[in-house]
Amino acid sequence: MALKFELVTPEKLYRSDDVYMVVVPGTEGDFGVLEGHSPMMSTLRNDAALEIYKTQGATPERLMIAGGFAEVNASGLTVLAERVEA
Amino acid sequence: MASLKALKMRINSVKSTQKITKAMKMVAAAKLRRATEAAEASRPYAERLEAVVSSIASKVSVGPQSPKLLAGSGKNDVHLFVVATSDKGLAGAFNTNIVRLARRQAEALKAEGKTVKFYTIGKKGRDQLSRTFRGDIIHSIEPGDLGKLTFADVQNWGEDLTARFEADEFDVAHLFFSKFDNVLTQTPTQIQLMPVAVTADEGDVVGLSATVEYEPDEEEILAELLPRNVAVQLLRANRENAASEQGSKMTAMDNATRNAGDMINKLTIQYNRTRQAAITTELIEIIAGAEAL
Repeated sequence: MALKFELVTPEKLYRSDDVYMVVVPGTEGDFGVLEGHSPMMSTLRNDAALEIYKTQGATPERLMIAGGFAEVNASGLTVLAERVEA
Repeated sequence: MASLKALKMRINSVKSTQKITKAMKMVAAAKLRRATEAAEASRPYAERLEAVVSSIASKVSVGPQSPKLLAGSGKNDVHLFVVATSDKGLAGAFNTNIVRLARRQAEALKAEGKTVKFYTIGKKGRDQLSRTFRGDIIHSIEPGDLGKLTFADVQNWGEDLTARFEADEFDVAHLFFSKFDNVLTQTPTQIQLMPVAVTADEGDVVGLSATVEYEPDEEEILAELLPRNVAVQLLRANRENAASEQGSKMTAMDNATRNAGDMINKLTIQYNRTRQAAITTELIEIIAGAEAL
């Protein structure tokens, strides 16, 4: 069971991957997205970390993002961010 | 008839011009590849954002409290033309085509009694527009090398434009740039930048038919995304321009190289004829001299 995750910046498609879970720093609180999450849209906090769990129980990969926006729909999770720092 | 020496010099000078245009063509070809890659890389973001913005915008009812970037100022009197060109010439009709479209639209609007103001990006656009619309240019930007523009640069222009829009400096903003179709074709294009043109079709572009949760609510998301959309459109226009400029330059320099080649051929024939004529004259003189003895 994998979640289709895309991270897009204005300059390029930063990441397109199948992952287990992503914890997204929403404006109104962090939320974890697994496969089959109900559709939602949220703006993101600036300079907060996006945590990507490649597999269940793995150490998360952290990416700092700014100016972000997350969208969950049937096809997966898309994060639009103005800046991304590894 | 020109002397042999003058012709020789002329041929050499055309030859070195040809070398330069050939080198410029090669440079443009290399830059073109990078520019088209950049233009393609910036497409997914722009497409996603546009889809999200128009799908939310079609859900939000437009009222006096909705963001100005969506609702507009309610008037249609003052138009701002954001004309994106480049700083450098020698790219065929690239800059001229964009300016010509903008000028035609401006004259049409003026004939209807509207006011048109200009916001130019690129030295060439400013220079050409200031011939006819000197007083109407409210701001000009010199972007430098279009291929090296980052999102941060464009964001500043977007903020400036949004601030001017909020301050009621204009009612509608249009963006002019050259769309890159392929190396041979670049189409000058006009799009509406502000207020956001919401596509009327309720087409379910992002699969939003199911009940979607919004955090915070739709209006707040929209208020944050709309200014960003302006910057993204500007970035897209400049990326397309960067590719178009290099494509246009490549074609122009290819033509120049070919013309130089034709000219060299013509001059060489003339040179040889002159040389032959000189030899013939000399021979006639010698023969005439020998016969006289």
